[in-house]
Amino acid sequence: MSATTEPRRTPAADTAPPRGGDRPPAPARTRRRRSRRRTSVLLQAAMALMVLYTLLPLYWLAVNSTKTNGELFTSNGLWFGSEFALWDNIVTTVTYQDGIYLTWLFNTALYSITGAVGATLICALGGYALAKFDFPGKRAVRAVVFGAITIPATALAIPTFLLFAELGITDTRMAIIIPALVSPFGLYLMTVYAADSVPDSLLEAARIDGAGPWTTFWRVAFRLLAPGVATVLLFNLVHTWNNYFLPLIMLSDPTLYPLTVGLNQLNSQVTTGANLEPVYNVVLTGSLLAIVPLIVCFLFLQRYWQSGLAAGSVKQ
Amino acid sequence: MSTAPPAAPPRRTRRRRRDWTGLVFVTPFLAVFTIGIVAPLVYASGLSLFRDQLIGGRSFVGLGNYADALTDARFLEGLSRVALFLGVQVPIMIGLALLAALILDSGRVRAMRFMRIGIFMPYAVPSVVAALMWGFMYGDQFGLVAQLNEATGLALPSPLSSTWVLAAIGNVVTWEFVGYNMLILYAALRAVPEELYEAAAIDGAGEVRVALSIKIPALRPALWVATLFSIIGSFQLFNEPNVLQSLAPAAISTYFTPNMYAYQLAFNANQVTYSAAVAVLLGGITVVVAYVAQRLTERGNRR
Repeated sequence: MSATTEPRRTPAADTAPPRGGDRPPAPARTRRRRSRRRTSVLLQAAMALMVLYTLLPLYWLAVNSTKTNGELFTSNGLWFGSEFALWDNIVTTVTYQDGIYLTWLFNTALYSITGAVGATLICALGGYALAKFDFPGKRAVRAVVFGAITIPATALAIPTFLLFAELGITDTRMAIIIPALVSPFGLYLMTVYAADSVPDSLLEAARIDGAGPWTTFWRVAFRLLAPGVATVLLFNLVHTWNNYFLPLIMLSDPTLYPLTVGLNQLNSQVTTGANLEPVYNVVLTGSLLAIVPLIVCFLFLQRYWQSGLAAGSVKQ
Repeated sequence: MSTAPPAAPPRRTRRRRRDWTGLVFVTPFLAVFTIGIVAPLVYASGLSLFRDQLIGGRSFVGLGNYADALTDARFLEGLSRVALFLGVQVPIMIGLALLAALILDSGRVRAMRFMRIGIFMPYAVPSVVAALMWGFMYGDQFGLVAQLNEATGLALPSPLSSTWVLAAIGNVVTWEFVGYNMLILYAALRAVPEELYEAAAIDGAGEVRVALSIKIPALRPALWVATLFSIIGSFQLFNEPNVLQSLAPAAISTYFTPNMYAYQLAFNANQVTYSAAVAVLLGGITVVVAYVAQRLTERGNRR
């Protein structure tokens, strides 16, 4: 690729440090920042195109959530309508069918937070043990669990449903939360992280001071594991928040639905005309409201997922 | 990375007493792992060996369901469709992700942080919402494609027609995951030792040469991880076509992908044991393909 370079120095203002009190979100790097080079117009344009591609649909969703149902069909899809109806749409969305949307939002939050916090604690305990202890059967545990990383959640949905149907626990909140507690990839990340960030000498010192294994874990190791814990928490949160196949087959009671299942059901009713009022504005605004919390989470927790990705992508 | 030299004996560190404490710490994980992964797979595999008859109830048929599935035109159609999807969508997505990661790492674009976050952002969008959003944009209700045709007098084909719907789904999946893959590759690039670049600079290697001779070889493991997960995801394709089905009922059948077929069998056709066989078989095929792909890359790496 030949890069046409622009014979111009980058102004220093470009690399100005962020606002005071904001630490740059740099994960630990094994490499010094390379000195800034001249900007390449070609590369800059390629990057701009990519960003346009990824952000345009989100822009489209935001813009069209501000339109009334009628204007959706009559106005330009890439620009605002004559009325700014976002607030009305939000009110319509959260009051629609006696506030079913808020029930779905609550369920999604409940499943995601319970599942992610539980899964993360379970992975932290397990990863710490796999990295720092020797116990009978350890190698077998490692082999089986790390082998399970490649089993996709989707492949487990129907088998899990069949088992839970046999046990009689389908259509309950537990049917969604229990599968959300299992995260082989989280265990792998925590094992890698614990091996790197918890020094043996520190554990030895705690032992000599008379701390039992539990005290040592909570008081010493857990704090050192915090960045890894945040990463696993975030990824599990996203995974459960976005989960669709499992709740789709597990739940038949609409008051237990998460947002994904609820929104899709609403959309198919509207699209196929099963619903008498074509509430496209509710589907669009509901979709927008469903992604805002996660985007905010990602923006605030950048440091964690970026360093977490780095740990996960380097195969040991 | 690890505290132990590679050739260390099993007792790698001083503080390794063989005891049961570690097992206690792992127990919660093993418990949920058993309930959430092992038991469902074992139960579904067992169930797939039976068949429900209207008369006489459930009877043991051994591998009969599997033999049926392997000659079932609907299952095979779905399987060949996801194979085609994999062959086209995965290279495009990984290629774009690689390009973006290399550009970011070159340090020659401005507003890097914004670009990185902007390309990653779709990962935070649930696939249901992504499919709904793109579905509306594709659609003739108030879709961009229809508006574009109207405004310019062009006659772009509908992305939701039978001919184009697979490509349309491929675009949704690419949009969702290109940024995630880019970040995995970018993180691996940041871990390349600076000395390599210094050595290359001394040897007078240009930027393209550095990309080809240092960066891409260093990315091999990360590229492999990204590709593996994309292959697995393609075989398991379900969410996007299932959501788009209400917008394109004529183009997306109930057996459009193997997972949609398994869903249809279990919940609409009431063939639970056959559905279990299809789900287990699909999982098995996915594992085999992933394994073969891994062996091939290992062979490539040993050269």
